[in-house]
Amino acid sequence: MRRIAALTRNPAAIALFMALAVTGCASKKVPNNPADLGLGSATPGSTQDFTVNVGDRIFFDTDSTLIRADAQATLAKQAQWLNQYGSYAITVEGHADERGTREYNLALGARRAAATRDFLVARGVAANRIKTITYGKERPVAVCDDISCWSQNRRAVTVLSGAGS
Amino acid sequence: MTSIFRSVMLAVTLALVGVMTTQPARALVEIDVNKGVIEPLPIAITEFLSGDTLGKEISDIVAADLQRSGLFAPIDRGAFIEKISNPDAAPRFEDWKVINAQALVTGRVTQESDGRVRAEFRLWDTFAGQQLIGEQFFASKANTRRVAHIIADAIYERLTGEKGYFDTRIVFIDESGPKNQRKKRLAIMDQDGANARYLSDGRAIALTPRFSPNRQEITYMSYESGQPQVYLLQIETGQRELVGNFPGMTFAPRFSPDGQKVIMSLLRDDGNSNIYTLDLRSRTTTRLTDSSAIDTSPSYSPDGTQIVFTSDRGGRAQIYVMNADGSNQRRISFGDGSYSTPVWSPRGDLIAFTKQSGGEFQIGVMRTDGSGERILSSGFSQEGPTWAPNGRVIMFFRQPAGSAGPRLFSIDLTGRNEQPIASPNFASDPAWSPLLE
Repeated sequence: MRRIAALTRNPAAIALFMALAVTGCASKKVPNNPADLGLGSATPGSTQDFTVNVGDRIFFDTDSTLIRADAQATLAKQAQWLNQYGSYAITVEGHADERGTREYNLALGARRAAATRDFLVARGVAANRIKTITYGKERPVAVCDDISCWSQNRRAVTVLSGAGS
Repeated sequence: MTSIFRSVMLAVTLALVGVMTTQPARALVEIDVNKGVIEPLPIAITEFLSGDTLGKEISDIVAADLQRSGLFAPIDRGAFIEKISNPDAAPRFEDWKVINAQALVTGRVTQESDGRVRAEFRLWDTFAGQQLIGEQFFASKANTRRVAHIIADAIYERLTGEKGYFDTRIVFIDESGPKNQRKKRLAIMDQDGANARYLSDGRAIALTPRFSPNRQEITYMSYESGQPQVYLLQIETGQRELVGNFPGMTFAPRFSPDGQKVIMSLLRDDGNSNIYTLDLRSRTTTRLTDSSAIDTSPSYSPDGTQIVFTSDRGGRAQIYVMNADGSNQRRISFGDGSYSTPVWSPRGDLIAFTKQSGGEFQIGVMRTDGSGERILSSGFSQEGPTWAPNGRVIMFFRQPAGSAGPRLFSIDLTGRNEQPIASPNFASDPAWSPLLE
């Protein structure tokens, strides 16, 4: 609770939170003013904190399960955060774009989830905290028919559950 | 017997044989060049006599089935000269030859005293001036569509020499709602899109249903336990069960031709998938592949001795064949692009597949050694071929660009006769039922 108190006394920190919230994820609702921000939801160690300040997802190249350099940076931050807040259970969801057949993409999504999990485990996250699941191409986040959408849908998302710290 | 009808009949038969022979694709083209475009056989399908609308309903269904096959051209009833008043008597063949009806179908539908419907029909060769078939069927009123499909099958079989496929059903995935949270439910309908009904409530995503050889069960994948797992469903009772007790996610199920096994992919902890079978009686599981790659979409040959599947062990997704015990795994697709969803024809001679090449998705067929590849249909996104039980027609689903959903289509082995299949909503993952013997 001391940390929240410190934040509320520091307008610059709030502004930083806002900026991160805006750029973090276009699909999330962005509060319009600081009163709506709900500092509780951005409490360090909260799932909101993880999604907004760490980044809950990484992206892949077409038909690839290789963890790209930008994704490695995100996963390194994820691992650090997950190690700090050790009581969350973790599910890594693997997804594919629509440029593959259904069954193949289920397999591809599973591989992406496993590669993501393995990276987190290598950075010290306990393997028994992490489950993986594949959604293949069945749950796109971006709906269009060009490369910009496909690149957003080729993703692994780290989803937290259970109590926080 | 040297009638025009007979020669046309021969042409239809020949055309079909041409598709299926073991000559390369070029041979098919040669037949087309020599014979020109295959003309559908003009056939007159009269309104079956009845005291109500049943006669018209049945003859309309027969006509629609035959027309969609691409091999028959039902003649507009407005052109008919003779009005059939006694279907037991020989028609005036001259009246039918004049309008170029090579074949004529007459019939009658009556109500039995026990409430059943009796449907009789006769198929006539108008140029030979003789009856080819005369049959009758009894059914409950609820099954009159089925009777019509059985009659269409009898006509198709008599005139082409091939088994029909109209008295069949399709299991598929009914899709509704926006693309990023689309509801995907198991559903079943007749092959012409009639009598659609749901088999799951849509709370969990269901995918890839496939029929058992006896048409009584389907195996499919569902997220209802929270993760992808393969299930069995008794169609009539609605009874469901998990297939096997596998430690991980299972998907891409299909029955063996004897119905005793389900073959599927099991995801290993390292994210790679291997192909397993589960014996439904003994509950024993057998691992058939063990590669550090994606191995999925297995499909048995109709004699049960071989299995075709997708693997990316060579880099990109390609088609492989192995013996039913997992031995002698070998790649058979070598074209430019990636290949997946191989499905063995019920005749045993061809493998249908989805190919991705040049930014397009294609439905095609190849011989079981990978030779003779022919693309039947190309588009932005289409996949998931399934064979009609006579091995002459393939159904698949096509997804347009953008937020709209997929629809079902059928195409014959010439690639010329493509037909949309009606469905209540968006539809995907069709699987064609076997014929009932």
